[in-house]
Formats: sequence, C-alpha cells, structure tokens
Amino acid sequence: MLVNILEIVVSVLMLVLAFFAINSKSLIKSVMFLSSLSMLAVVGFVLMKAPDVAVTEAVIGSGLVTTLFVFTLLSARKVGN
Amino acid sequence: MKNFLAFVAVLVLGFLIITSLNNNEAFPNYGEADISERVSQAYIDRSATENPGDITFGETTDLESGPANIVTAIVADYRSFDTLGEVTVLFISSLGVALLLGGVNRKRIDLDFHPNFMLRVGSRALFGIILMTGVYVAIHGHLTPGGGFPGGAMIASSMLLLYLADDEFRVKIKGFKMLESVAGSLYVLIGLTGLLLISGGFFLENFLDNGVIGNLFSAGIVPIVYVLIGLKVGSEISGIIDNFLTEEAV
Amino acid sequence: MLQYAAIAMLMLGLYGLLTQRNVIKIIVSLNIFEIGLNLFIISVGYVDDGIAPILTSNFNNNGLIFVDPLPSALVLTAIVIGVGTTALALALANNIYQKYGTFEIDEMGEE
Repeated sequence: MLVNILEIVVSVLMLVLAFFAINSKSLIKSVMFLSSLSMLAVVGFVLMKAPDVAVTEAVIGSGLVTTLFVFTLLSARKVGN
Repeated sequence: MKNFLAFVAVLVLGFLIITSLNNNEAFPNYGEADISERVSQAYIDRSATENPGDITFGETTDLESGPANIVTAIVADYRSFDTLGEVTVLFISSLGVALLLGGVNRKRIDLDFHPNFMLRVGSRALFGIILMTGVYVAIHGHLTPGGGFPGGAMIASSMLLLYLADDEFRVKIKGFKMLESVAGSLYVLIGLTGLLLISGGFFLENFLDNGVIGNLFSAGIVPIVYVLIGLKVGSEISGIIDNFLTEEAV
Repeated sequence: MLQYAAIAMLMLGLYGLLTQRNVIKIIVSLNIFEIGLNLFIISVGYVDDGIAPILTSNFNNNGLIFVDPLPSALVLTAIVIGVGTTALALALANNIYQKYGTFEIDEMGEE
C-alpha cells in the first residue's frame, strides 16, 4: 500500500518536473529541473527493483550530465560579456 | 498553429503506444510479467549451455557464468561483445568532443571565483574518499549493484571535484589518453586470449576458473573486464570534462 | 502507474523536441525523452513481489522470484551512451554559441 502511494507521488512529481523543464523561461532553471527529474527517476528505478540502473542513473544522470550543461552555460555567459 | 500540430502528433503517438500495449497478447500488464517464458530465465538459471540444477550462494562451483549479480553476468559475460561495442561508441563520442572543443594550447576558463586555502585542502581529502568508492564499486561489480560503468563515472566525478575546487588544476590529459587506450586494447586482448587458449573457443570466452559463486575472487575474467571498463569510462569522461572547462589560449 | 508516467514523459519529451526553438532546450527535451524511455523499458520486466536480480547471503538460491534482469542490462549501457551523446550535442551547442552569439535558432543566420 505504502509502495503504491509512493509510486503515484513519484509519477506525478516527475511529470510536473518534466513540464517545468520544457516550459521554463530561464535556461539554468530548466537544467535544474532536469537534474531533479533524474533524481526522482532514481527512486522510480529502485521501486522497480533495478538497483544497478539506479546507481548508474544517480551518478551519471543527475551528476555528470547536469555539470556538462552548467559548464556550457557558463562558457556561453563568458563569451556574451 | 505549429504547437497545436505538434500536440496532436504527440497525442497520436501516445494513443498508438497505449492501445498497442493493451491489445497485445505477448505484452504483459505492469507487474504481471512471466519470466519463465523469457530468455532471462536461462540467464538466471545459468542454463544456456548446460543444466546445473539448483544454485546456492557461497556453495555452488564451476557454473558457466560465475557472478552473483545476474545483471553483471549478462553485461560482462553473456553479452560481453555488446558491451565492447558500447564502449567503442563512448570512445567515438569523446573523440568527437575532443575534435570540436580540443586543441593544443588550452588553458582553464576563468570562473570569476577563486577558492580559498581551506576549500582546496578539504577537497583533496574528499577526493580520496570518492576515488576509493569508485574503485570499490568497480571491483565489486560481480557481487553488489554497480560495476564498471557507475564506478568509472565516480572516478570521473572525483576529478570533477578537483577541477571545481582549484582554478589552476588540470589533469595530465596525455596520461589519461594513454590509460584509456591501454584499457581498451587489454579488453580486446583478453577476448582474443579466450579465442586462442581454448580449442574451439570463441571471442571473449571465459578462460579462468569460475570459483565459488559469491566470493570476491570468482567469476573468472568478469571482474578483470569490469575493472578495465571502469578505467576506460572514467578516463573518457574525465577527458570530456577537461575539454568543457578549458578554452583556446590567446 | 510508473509505466503510464513513463509513456507520458516520453510524449512530453517528443513535444519539447518538436516545439522548442532553443538549442539547450532541445537537448533537455532529448534527455527527458531518454529518461522516459529507460523507465518504460525497466517497467516491462517488473514482477509484483519480485526481488532484485542479485544473489546474496539472504536470498541465496535461484528458486526465488526475480524481476527480469535483461532490461536492466540493456538500460545500464543505454544510460552511458546517453551521456556520450549529450556531451557531443553540448559541444556542438558551444560551437554554435561561439559563432553566432546566441542559442536561439530563429536569431541565427544573419552573419
């Protein structure tokens, strides 16, 4: 029962975050929403009993991909100034 | 108008997916999958070539595939050739990033942020802990969740910490390129050894003793291959990070 | 429930890919598409009351009910390929910014 409620909460939050990530005006906010979406996807993978995928997604999806986005925005801001 | 058309196209796609899932006998509902009809049952029972009977953790010896983690058994043993191709894809993408952003005379981007002494020293201490975690995850890939891919990514993120905490730091990029090529070539060489040592063998065949399932020193070449994958992934992603954080020296 | 959320996320990612006119937003949409697809592939192999496909000293024989390990293995490699493609796309976006000074597709092409 608890797991079912958790599944519903995670699903709804993921969809809301995906909507914000696509529609937000600021680029850095969009990237941050993508990062939190990855973090919730990790919870989804754990609920579906796939710990290997959860570890990989936690390191790569919400860690390295976010830093790559932020570095791109950072170097773009430097050129713009 | 364009947005509306895109909305309709997306709705049609979702409708197609959901109806084709619901009216398909081969496709189970969520949570009702029957594993015994799938090929995965052979991977769980380790019965692709022979029938070993019941498997007990810590007792059964000499299975056709030794890892206790069944996902690792698929990634690094049954479907190891796929993984070799996948590592090649990652190598090509890091080569592409180096072509687009790399160059001979590179220097660090000025970040408008100069770390103080405490941050530099403290991050050195954390660096060791993160590096050790990455190596642990890569070495224990055949026993616990994780393995070479997340382990390598953890090694790369320890490098990322040093990059962020010190605005002068750069890894020795030539050494990392060397490490990457050595790890990739060793993977292929281990595969060729399996082809040569065993008569009638095939590429990437396990030529070492499988040992007791669940021991650290078990599963033959699987831990070796997974550590090599970890080193390769770690050095490739570190190279990508270095390319993103440097610019052409003027 | 998670399966339908994955399908809806896939649809959202495709909608973003079709409508957004900013390079960074397109890459973000591509990532959302990829996460939705990964969740969907994992959900195909889920079994109610199954355990994770790892033998340990507590779950120590293969007569137990496991979830399907094959989708996990496929998604594990797909995530790592995903970071490679994202890095390549971001490198291209970086070069676009160096040349045109903007990420918006509509503002490019004058120079």
